[in-house]
Amino acid sequence: MHPQRKQRLIIILFMLSGIGVAVALLMTALEENINLFYTPKDIAAGKAPKHQSIRAGGMVVEGSVKRDQTSLVVQFDVSDGAENVTIEYDGILPDLFREGQGIVALGALNDDGIFVASEVLAKHDENYMPPEVKDALDKAHQDKAYKDGDASTTSGSEYGKKPANYNLGGQSYNADKGGE
Amino acid sequence: MWEALKRFYHRMGSPKWFFDISIKWSPWFLWIGSALMAVGVAWGLAFAPADYLQGNSFRIIYIHVPSALLSQSAYIMMAIAGLVGLVWKMKMAFVVSKVIAPIGATMAVMALLTGAIWGKPTWGTWWVWDARLTSMLVLLFLYFGVIALHNAIENEDMANKAASILAIVGTINIPIIKYSVEWWNTLHQPATITLTKKPTMAPEMFIPLVCTILGFYCWFAVWVIARTRNEVLWRERRTKWVKRYVSEHMQMTPSPASKGGR
Repeated sequence: MHPQRKQRLIIILFMLSGIGVAVALLMTALEENINLFYTPKDIAAGKAPKHQSIRAGGMVVEGSVKRDQTSLVVQFDVSDGAENVTIEYDGILPDLFREGQGIVALGALNDDGIFVASEVLAKHDENYMPPEVKDALDKAHQDKAYKDGDASTTSGSEYGKKPANYNLGGQSYNADKGGE
Repeated sequence: MWEALKRFYHRMGSPKWFFDISIKWSPWFLWIGSALMAVGVAWGLAFAPADYLQGNSFRIIYIHVPSALLSQSAYIMMAIAGLVGLVWKMKMAFVVSKVIAPIGATMAVMALLTGAIWGKPTWGTWWVWDARLTSMLVLLFLYFGVIALHNAIENEDMANKAASILAIVGTINIPIIKYSVEWWNTLHQPATITLTKKPTMAPEMFIPLVCTILGFYCWFAVWVIARTRNEVLWRERRTKWVKRYVSEHMQMTPSPASKGGR
Protein backbone atom coordinates (compact mmCIF):
# COMPACT_ATOMS: atom_id res chain seq x y z
CA MET A 1 0.00 0.00 0.00
CA HIS A 2 1.15 3.51 -0.76
CA PRO A 3 2.68 4.96 2.46
CA GLN A 4 0.52 8.07 2.33
CA ARG A 5 -2.68 6.05 1.98
CA LYS A 6 -1.53 3.77 4.75
CA GLN A 7 -0.99 6.75 7.00
CA ARG A 8 -4.43 8.13 6.26
CA LEU A 9 -6.00 4.74 6.95
CA ILE A 10 -4.11 4.45 10.25
CA ILE A 11 -5.19 7.93 11.34
CA ILE A 12 -8.84 7.15 10.63
CA LEU A 13 -8.72 3.77 12.37
CA PHE A 14 -6.97 5.35 15.34
CA MET A 15 -9.65 8.02 15.58
CA LEU A 16 -12.40 5.42 15.28
CA SER A 17 -10.97 3.18 17.99
CA GLY A 18 -10.37 6.16 20.30
CA ILE A 19 -13.95 7.33 20.03
CA GLY A 20 -15.11 3.72 20.27
CA VAL A 21 -13.34 3.26 23.59
CA ALA A 22 -14.75 6.57 24.86
CA VAL A 23 -18.29 5.51 23.92
CA ALA A 24 -17.80 2.07 25.49
CA LEU A 25 -16.64 3.65 28.77
CA LEU A 26 -19.57 6.04 28.70
CA MET A 27 -22.03 3.21 28.11
CA THR A 28 -20.57 1.17 30.95
CA ALA A 29 -20.72 4.16 33.29
CA LEU A 30 -24.32 4.86 32.36
CA GLU A 31 -25.44 1.24 32.37
CA GLU A 32 -27.92 1.73 35.22
CA ASN A 33 -29.56 4.57 33.33
CA ILE A 34 -29.69 2.80 29.98
CA ASN A 35 -31.50 -0.21 31.41
CA LEU A 36 -35.17 0.45 30.88
CA PHE A 37 -36.34 -1.40 33.98
CA TYR A 38 -35.23 -3.04 37.21
CA THR A 39 -35.57 -6.82 37.39
CA PRO A 40 -37.14 -8.44 40.48
CA LYS A 41 -33.62 -9.59 41.38
CA ASP A 42 -32.39 -5.98 41.42
CA ILE A 43 -35.36 -4.97 43.58
CA ALA A 44 -34.82 -7.85 46.03
CA ALA A 45 -31.15 -6.88 46.28
CA GLY A 46 -32.18 -3.35 47.21
CA LYS A 47 -30.71 -1.75 44.09
CA ALA A 48 -33.97 -0.02 43.24
CA PRO A 49 -34.83 3.17 45.15
CA LYS A 50 -38.11 3.32 47.09
CA HIS A 51 -40.82 5.98 46.57
CA GLN A 52 -39.21 7.02 43.32
CA SER A 53 -40.60 6.67 39.86
CA ILE A 54 -38.92 3.63 38.31
CA ARG A 55 -39.75 0.80 35.94
CA ALA A 56 -39.90 -2.84 36.93
CA GLY A 57 -40.15 -5.75 34.52
CA GLY A 58 -40.50 -9.50 34.46
CA MET A 59 -42.71 -12.39 33.51
CA VAL A 60 -46.21 -12.47 35.01
CA VAL A 61 -46.25 -15.51 37.31
CA GLU A 62 -48.86 -18.14 36.37
CA GLY A 63 -51.84 -18.04 38.70
CA SER A 64 -50.77 -14.88 40.50
CA VAL A 65 -53.23 -12.43 38.91
CA LYS A 66 -55.87 -11.28 41.42
CA ARG A 67 -58.58 -8.89 40.26
CA ASP A 68 -60.70 -6.74 42.54
CA GLN A 69 -64.42 -7.52 42.06
CA THR A 70 -65.61 -3.90 42.26
CA SER A 71 -62.81 -1.87 40.66
CA LEU A 72 -60.09 -2.07 38.05
CA VAL A 73 -57.44 -2.77 40.68
CA VAL A 74 -55.38 -5.79 39.77
CA GLN A 75 -52.49 -7.39 41.62
CA PHE A 76 -49.97 -9.84 40.18
CA ASP A 77 -46.45 -11.10 40.70
CA VAL A 78 -43.64 -10.75 38.19
CA SER A 79 -40.59 -12.96 38.22
CA ASP A 80 -37.22 -13.10 36.53
CA GLY A 81 -36.74 -16.69 37.55
CA ALA A 82 -34.82 -15.78 40.68
CA GLU A 83 -37.07 -13.41 42.64
CA ASN A 84 -40.68 -12.19 42.63
CA VAL A 85 -42.12 -8.71 42.96
CA THR A 86 -45.79 -7.96 43.58
CA ILE A 87 -47.23 -5.27 41.36
CA GLU A 88 -50.48 -3.43 42.03
CA TYR A 89 -52.13 -1.53 39.20
CA ASP A 90 -55.35 0.44 38.87
CA GLY A 91 -56.22 0.75 35.20
CA ILE A 92 -56.73 -1.03 31.93
CA LEU A 93 -54.10 -3.62 31.12
CA PRO A 94 -52.72 -3.91 27.55
CA ASP A 95 -54.30 -6.53 25.27
CA LEU A 96 -51.21 -8.70 25.36
CA PHE A 97 -51.17 -8.88 29.15
CA ARG A 98 -51.51 -12.48 30.30
CA GLU A 99 -49.92 -14.95 32.64
CA GLY A 100 -46.53 -16.10 31.42
CA GLN A 101 -46.10 -12.92 29.34
CA GLY A 102 -43.37 -10.33 29.96
CA ILE A 103 -44.42 -6.87 31.17
CA VAL A 104 -42.75 -3.60 32.09
CA ALA A 105 -44.47 -1.42 34.69
CA LEU A 106 -43.87 2.24 35.57
CA GLY A 107 -44.43 3.14 39.20
CA ALA A 108 -42.82 3.20 42.64
CA LEU A 109 -42.01 0.77 45.42
CA ASN A 110 -43.88 1.37 48.66
CA ASP A 111 -42.72 0.49 52.19
CA ASP A 112 -44.22 -3.00 52.01
CA GLY A 113 -42.12 -3.77 48.94
CA ILE A 114 -45.19 -3.69 46.70
CA PHE A 115 -44.68 -1.97 43.36
CA VAL A 116 -47.56 0.44 42.76
CA ALA A 117 -47.76 0.93 39.00
CA SER A 118 -49.25 3.83 37.06
CA GLU A 119 -48.61 2.24 33.66
CA VAL A 120 -48.21 -1.35 32.51
CA LEU A 121 -46.69 -2.18 29.11
CA ALA A 122 -46.67 -5.62 27.55
CA LYS A 123 -43.31 -6.95 26.41
CA HIS A 124 -43.47 -9.08 23.31
CA ASP A 125 -40.96 -11.87 22.81
CA GLU A 126 -39.20 -12.82 19.58
CA ASN A 127 -41.52 -15.74 18.79
CA TYR A 128 -44.09 -15.55 16.02
CA MET A 129 -46.42 -18.40 15.17
CA PRO A 130 -49.97 -19.10 13.98
CA PRO A 131 -52.58 -20.01 16.64
CA GLU A 132 -52.88 -23.64 15.45
CA VAL A 133 -49.16 -24.18 15.93
CA LYS A 134 -49.33 -22.64 19.39
CA ASP A 135 -52.25 -24.95 20.32
CA ALA A 136 -50.41 -27.97 18.96
CA LEU A 137 -47.29 -27.04 20.91
CA ASP A 138 -49.23 -26.53 24.13
CA LYS A 139 -50.97 -29.85 23.64
CA ALA A 140 -47.69 -31.61 22.98
CA HIS A 141 -46.28 -30.08 26.14
CA GLN A 142 -49.27 -31.20 28.20
CA ASP A 143 -49.06 -34.72 26.82
CA LYS A 144 -45.40 -34.83 27.59
CA ALA A 145 -45.98 -33.44 31.06
CA TYR A 146 -48.69 -36.06 31.63
CA LYS A 147 -46.38 -38.82 30.50
CA ASP A 148 -43.45 -37.57 32.55
CA GLY A 149 -45.68 -36.86 35.52
CA ASP A 150 -44.14 -33.42 35.55
CA ALA A 151 -46.48 -30.44 35.44
CA SER A 152 -43.76 -27.85 35.16
CA THR A 153 -43.37 -28.13 31.40
CA THR A 154 -46.58 -26.42 30.33
CA SER A 155 -45.62 -22.86 29.55
CA GLY A 156 -45.08 -21.28 26.13
CA SER A 157 -42.32 -22.45 23.92
CA GLU A 158 -40.10 -21.25 21.15
CA TYR A 159 -41.19 -22.17 17.69
CA GLY A 160 -39.77 -25.62 17.31
CA LYS A 161 -38.55 -27.93 20.01
CA LYS A 162 -36.71 -25.88 22.55
CA PRO A 163 -38.45 -24.37 25.59
CA ALA A 164 -38.75 -20.59 25.58
CA ASN A 165 -35.86 -18.44 26.58
CA TYR A 166 -36.97 -15.09 27.79
CA ASN A 167 -34.42 -12.37 27.87
CA LEU A 168 -34.65 -10.28 30.98
CA GLY A 169 -31.95 -7.94 32.08
CA GLY A 170 -29.32 -9.35 29.82
CA GLN A 171 -29.52 -12.82 31.30
CA SER A 172 -31.70 -15.31 29.54
CA TYR A 173 -33.46 -17.78 31.68
CA ASN A 174 -35.38 -20.85 30.93
CA ALA A 175 -39.06 -20.24 31.62
CA ASP A 176 -39.89 -23.91 31.73
CA LYS A 177 -37.55 -24.62 34.56
CA GLY A 178 -38.47 -21.44 36.36
CA GLY A 179 -34.87 -20.32 36.16
CA GLU A 180 -31.79 -21.51 37.89
CA MET B 1 -9.27 -13.24 -9.84
CA TRP B 2 -7.44 -10.60 -7.82
CA GLU B 3 -6.41 -8.81 -11.02
CA ALA B 4 -10.02 -8.82 -12.26
CA LEU B 5 -11.22 -7.36 -8.96
CA LYS B 6 -8.52 -4.72 -9.14
CA ARG B 7 -9.53 -3.80 -12.66
CA PHE B 8 -13.17 -3.56 -11.60
CA TYR B 9 -12.17 -1.31 -8.70
CA HIS B 10 -10.19 0.99 -10.97
CA ARG B 11 -13.03 1.14 -13.47
CA MET B 12 -15.49 1.95 -10.68
CA GLY B 13 -13.31 4.97 -10.03
CA SER B 14 -14.28 6.36 -13.41
CA PRO B 15 -17.54 8.33 -13.28
CA LYS B 16 -18.06 7.93 -17.01
CA TRP B 17 -17.66 4.16 -16.89
CA PHE B 18 -20.13 3.88 -14.01
CA PHE B 19 -22.56 6.19 -15.76
CA ASP B 20 -22.48 4.09 -18.92
CA ILE B 21 -22.67 0.68 -17.28
CA SER B 22 -25.14 1.38 -14.43
CA ILE B 23 -28.05 1.99 -16.79
CA LYS B 24 -27.79 -1.68 -17.70
CA TRP B 25 -27.88 -2.84 -14.06
CA SER B 26 -30.90 -0.82 -12.97
CA PRO B 27 -33.67 -2.75 -14.79
CA TRP B 28 -32.48 -6.06 -13.29
CA PHE B 29 -32.65 -4.75 -9.76
CA LEU B 30 -35.96 -3.06 -10.49
CA TRP B 31 -37.72 -6.12 -11.90
CA ILE B 32 -36.30 -8.69 -9.49
CA GLY B 33 -37.01 -6.33 -6.59
CA SER B 34 -40.56 -5.65 -7.76
CA ALA B 35 -41.28 -9.36 -8.19
CA LEU B 36 -39.95 -10.11 -4.70
CA MET B 37 -41.96 -7.26 -3.19
CA ALA B 38 -45.16 -8.36 -4.96
CA VAL B 39 -44.77 -11.93 -3.70
CA GLY B 40 -43.70 -10.88 -0.20
CA VAL B 41 -46.42 -8.28 0.31
CA ALA B 42 -49.25 -10.41 -1.12
CA TRP B 43 -48.16 -13.47 0.83
CA GLY B 44 -47.43 -11.58 4.01
CA LEU B 45 -50.60 -9.50 4.09
CA ALA B 46 -53.14 -11.90 2.61
CA PHE B 47 -51.99 -15.48 3.03
CA ALA B 48 -49.67 -15.71 6.04
CA PRO B 49 -51.55 -16.76 9.19
CA ALA B 50 -52.21 -14.27 11.99
CA ASP B 51 -49.96 -14.45 15.04
CA TYR B 52 -51.31 -16.36 18.05
CA LEU B 53 -50.75 -13.42 20.38
CA GLN B 54 -50.70 -10.25 18.27
CA GLY B 55 -53.29 -11.20 15.65
CA ASN B 56 -53.02 -9.25 12.43
CA SER B 57 -50.99 -6.36 13.80
CA PHE B 58 -47.81 -8.43 13.48
CA ARG B 59 -48.03 -7.97 9.69
CA ILE B 60 -46.33 -4.58 9.95
CA ILE B 61 -43.15 -6.65 10.36
CA TYR B 62 -43.07 -6.99 6.55
CA ILE B 63 -42.18 -3.30 6.31
CA HIS B 64 -40.64 -2.67 9.71
CA VAL B 65 -37.88 -5.28 9.66
CA PRO B 66 -36.70 -4.64 6.05
CA SER B 67 -36.55 -0.88 6.60
CA ALA B 68 -34.75 -1.22 9.95
CA LEU B 69 -32.23 -3.66 8.49
CA LEU B 70 -31.66 -1.57 5.41
CA SER B 71 -31.23 1.66 7.38
CA GLN B 72 -28.31 0.02 9.21
CA SER B 73 -26.78 -1.68 6.14
CA ALA B 74 -27.04 1.57 4.21
CA TYR B 75 -25.20 3.33 7.01
CA ILE B 76 -22.36 0.81 6.88
CA MET B 77 -22.17 1.16 3.08
CA MET B 78 -22.11 4.96 3.40
CA ALA B 79 -19.26 4.76 5.95
CA ILE B 80 -17.22 2.27 3.89
CA ALA B 81 -17.64 4.42 0.78
CA GLY B 82 -16.54 7.43 2.83
CA LEU B 83 -13.48 5.54 4.08
CA VAL B 84 -12.50 4.48 0.55
CA GLY B 85 -12.91 8.08 -0.56
CA LEU B 86 -10.79 9.45 2.28
CA VAL B 87 -7.97 6.90 2.04
CA TRP B 88 -7.74 6.25 -1.70
CA LYS B 89 -9.06 9.66 -2.83
CA MET B 90 -11.63 7.99 -5.04
CA LYS B 91 -14.14 10.47 -6.43
CA MET B 92 -16.88 7.94 -7.06
CA ALA B 93 -16.76 6.67 -3.48
CA PHE B 94 -17.65 10.13 -2.17
CA VAL B 95 -20.52 10.32 -4.66
CA VAL B 96 -21.96 7.01 -3.46
CA SER B 97 -21.44 7.96 0.19
CA LYS B 98 -23.31 11.21 -0.34
CA VAL B 99 -26.29 9.80 -2.24
CA ILE B 100 -26.92 6.98 0.26
CA ALA B 101 -27.50 9.34 3.20
CA PRO B 102 -31.03 10.55 2.34
CA ILE B 103 -32.11 7.02 1.40
CA GLY B 104 -30.84 5.62 4.68
CA ALA B 105 -32.53 8.43 6.58
CA THR B 106 -35.81 7.59 4.84
CA MET B 107 -35.44 3.96 5.90
CA ALA B 108 -34.70 4.95 9.51
CA VAL B 109 -37.81 7.16 9.57
CA MET B 110 -39.87 4.28 8.18
CA ALA B 111 -38.51 1.87 10.77
CA LEU B 112 -39.25 4.30 13.62
CA LEU B 113 -42.76 5.11 12.35
CA THR B 114 -43.82 1.52 11.67
CA GLY B 115 -42.32 0.53 15.03
CA ALA B 116 -44.41 3.17 16.81
CA ILE B 117 -47.56 2.06 14.98
CA TRP B 118 -46.85 -1.54 16.02
CA GLY B 119 -45.88 -0.55 19.55
CA LYS B 120 -49.20 1.08 20.39
CA PRO B 121 -51.39 -2.05 20.06
CA THR B 122 -48.67 -4.47 21.21
CA TRP B 123 -46.86 -2.77 24.06
CA GLY B 124 -49.46 -0.15 24.86
CA THR B 125 -47.27 2.85 24.01
CA TRP B 126 -46.05 4.62 20.89
CA TRP B 127 -42.59 5.29 22.21
CA VAL B 128 -40.40 4.36 25.12
CA TRP B 129 -36.83 5.52 25.76
CA ASP B 130 -35.28 2.08 25.77
CA ALA B 131 -31.83 1.37 24.34
CA ARG B 132 -33.01 -0.05 20.98
CA LEU B 133 -35.44 2.75 20.16
CA THR B 134 -33.07 5.48 21.33
CA SER B 135 -30.09 4.13 19.37
CA MET B 136 -32.26 3.94 16.24
CA LEU B 137 -33.17 7.60 16.78
CA VAL B 138 -29.44 8.37 17.11
CA LEU B 139 -28.92 6.62 13.75
CA LEU B 140 -31.49 8.93 12.16
CA PHE B 141 -29.75 11.98 13.64
CA LEU B 142 -26.39 10.74 12.34
CA TYR B 143 -27.92 10.57 8.86
CA PHE B 144 -29.25 14.11 9.33
CA GLY B 145 -25.74 15.20 10.36
CA VAL B 146 -24.16 13.72 7.23
CA ILE B 147 -26.82 15.31 4.99
CA ALA B 148 -26.42 18.64 6.77
CA LEU B 149 -22.61 18.63 6.35
CA HIS B 150 -22.92 17.94 2.62
CA ASN B 151 -25.37 20.81 2.25
CA ALA B 152 -23.77 23.30 4.62
CA ILE B 153 -20.19 23.22 3.29
CA GLU B 154 -19.80 25.01 -0.03
CA ASN B 155 -16.47 23.46 -0.98
CA GLU B 156 -17.10 19.99 -2.35
CA ASP B 157 -13.81 18.48 -1.12
CA MET B 158 -14.29 19.83 2.39
CA ALA B 159 -17.88 18.63 2.49
CA ASN B 160 -16.84 15.16 1.34
CA LYS B 161 -14.17 14.89 4.03
CA ALA B 162 -16.27 16.23 6.88
CA ALA B 163 -19.31 14.12 6.04
CA SER B 164 -17.22 10.97 5.56
CA ILE B 165 -15.50 11.39 8.92
CA LEU B 166 -18.88 11.78 10.63
CA ALA B 167 -20.18 8.72 8.77
CA ILE B 168 -17.17 6.63 9.83
CA VAL B 169 -17.32 7.69 13.47
CA GLY B 170 -21.06 7.02 13.53
CA THR B 171 -20.54 3.33 12.73
CA ILE B 172 -19.90 2.89 16.46
CA ASN B 173 -23.67 3.19 16.81
CA ILE B 174 -24.36 0.16 14.59
CA PRO B 175 -23.21 -2.56 17.04
CA ILE B 176 -24.95 -0.60 19.79
CA ILE B 177 -28.25 -0.86 17.89
CA LYS B 178 -27.72 -4.55 17.19
CA TYR B 179 -26.74 -5.60 20.70
CA SER B 180 -28.88 -3.08 22.62
CA VAL B 181 -31.52 -5.75 23.22
CA GLU B 182 -28.91 -8.07 24.74
CA TRP B 183 -26.75 -5.66 26.71
CA TRP B 184 -29.55 -3.84 28.48
CA ASN B 185 -33.11 -4.36 29.66
CA THR B 186 -35.29 -3.11 26.86
CA LEU B 187 -38.96 -3.20 25.95
CA HIS B 188 -38.03 -4.19 22.41
CA GLN B 189 -37.74 -7.95 21.96
CA PRO B 190 -34.48 -9.67 20.95
CA ALA B 191 -33.86 -10.55 17.31
CA THR B 192 -36.16 -13.08 15.63
CA ILE B 193 -33.86 -13.57 12.65
CA THR B 194 -30.17 -14.20 13.16
CA LEU B 195 -27.56 -15.52 10.81
CA THR B 196 -26.49 -18.26 13.19
CA LYS B 197 -29.76 -19.68 14.52
CA LYS B 198 -33.05 -20.94 13.15
CA PRO B 199 -35.59 -18.08 13.06
CA THR B 200 -38.07 -18.12 15.95
CA MET B 201 -40.90 -17.65 13.51
CA ALA B 202 -43.18 -20.01 11.63
CA PRO B 203 -41.89 -20.66 8.05
CA GLU B 204 -45.15 -19.51 6.42
CA MET B 205 -44.62 -16.14 8.13
CA PHE B 206 -40.86 -16.08 7.65
CA ILE B 207 -40.52 -16.74 3.89
CA PRO B 208 -42.59 -13.67 2.85
CA LEU B 209 -40.42 -11.62 5.22
CA VAL B 210 -37.29 -12.82 3.42
CA CYS B 211 -38.94 -11.78 0.12
CA THR B 212 -39.67 -8.24 1.30
CA ILE B 213 -36.18 -7.89 2.81
CA LEU B 214 -34.51 -8.90 -0.49
CA GLY B 215 -37.00 -6.74 -2.39
CA PHE B 216 -36.06 -3.73 -0.26
CA TYR B 217 -32.37 -4.29 -0.99
CA CYS B 218 -33.03 -4.51 -4.75
CA TRP B 219 -35.09 -1.33 -4.73
CA PHE B 220 -32.39 0.30 -2.66
CA ALA B 221 -29.87 -0.57 -5.40
CA VAL B 222 -32.13 1.00 -8.05
CA TRP B 223 -32.49 4.13 -5.95
CA VAL B 224 -28.75 4.42 -5.24
CA ILE B 225 -27.88 3.95 -8.95
CA ALA B 226 -30.38 6.61 -10.03
CA ARG B 227 -29.17 9.12 -7.45
CA THR B 228 -25.50 8.34 -8.20
CA ARG B 229 -26.08 8.97 -11.92
CA ASN B 230 -27.66 12.34 -11.17
CA GLU B 231 -24.86 13.29 -8.82
CA VAL B 232 -22.22 12.20 -11.37
CA LEU B 233 -23.84 14.38 -14.03
CA TRP B 234 -23.78 17.33 -11.67
CA ARG B 235 -20.22 16.88 -10.42
CA GLU B 236 -18.83 16.17 -13.91
CA ARG B 237 -20.87 18.91 -15.55
CA ARG B 238 -17.78 20.65 -16.92
CA THR B 239 -16.42 17.59 -18.71
CA LYS B 240 -16.87 17.00 -22.41
CA TRP B 241 -18.69 13.68 -22.09
CA VAL B 242 -21.37 15.10 -19.82
CA LYS B 243 -21.88 18.10 -22.10
CA ARG B 244 -22.23 15.77 -25.03
CA TYR B 245 -24.57 13.44 -23.11
CA VAL B 246 -26.78 16.31 -22.01
CA SER B 247 -26.99 17.87 -25.45
CA GLU B 248 -27.87 14.49 -26.95
CA HIS B 249 -30.55 13.73 -24.37
CA MET B 250 -32.15 17.13 -23.92
CA GLN B 251 -33.64 19.57 -26.31
CA MET B 252 -33.10 22.60 -24.11
CA THR B 253 -29.80 23.88 -22.79
CA PRO B 254 -29.40 23.34 -19.02
CA SER B 255 -29.50 26.54 -17.03
CA PRO B 256 -26.33 27.01 -14.97
CA ALA B 257 -28.21 28.51 -12.02
CA SER B 258 -30.35 25.49 -11.19
CA LYS B 259 -28.97 22.38 -9.55
CA GLY B 260 -31.63 20.57 -11.54
CA GLY B 261 -32.24 16.88 -11.79
CA ARG B 262 -31.44 15.99 -8.24
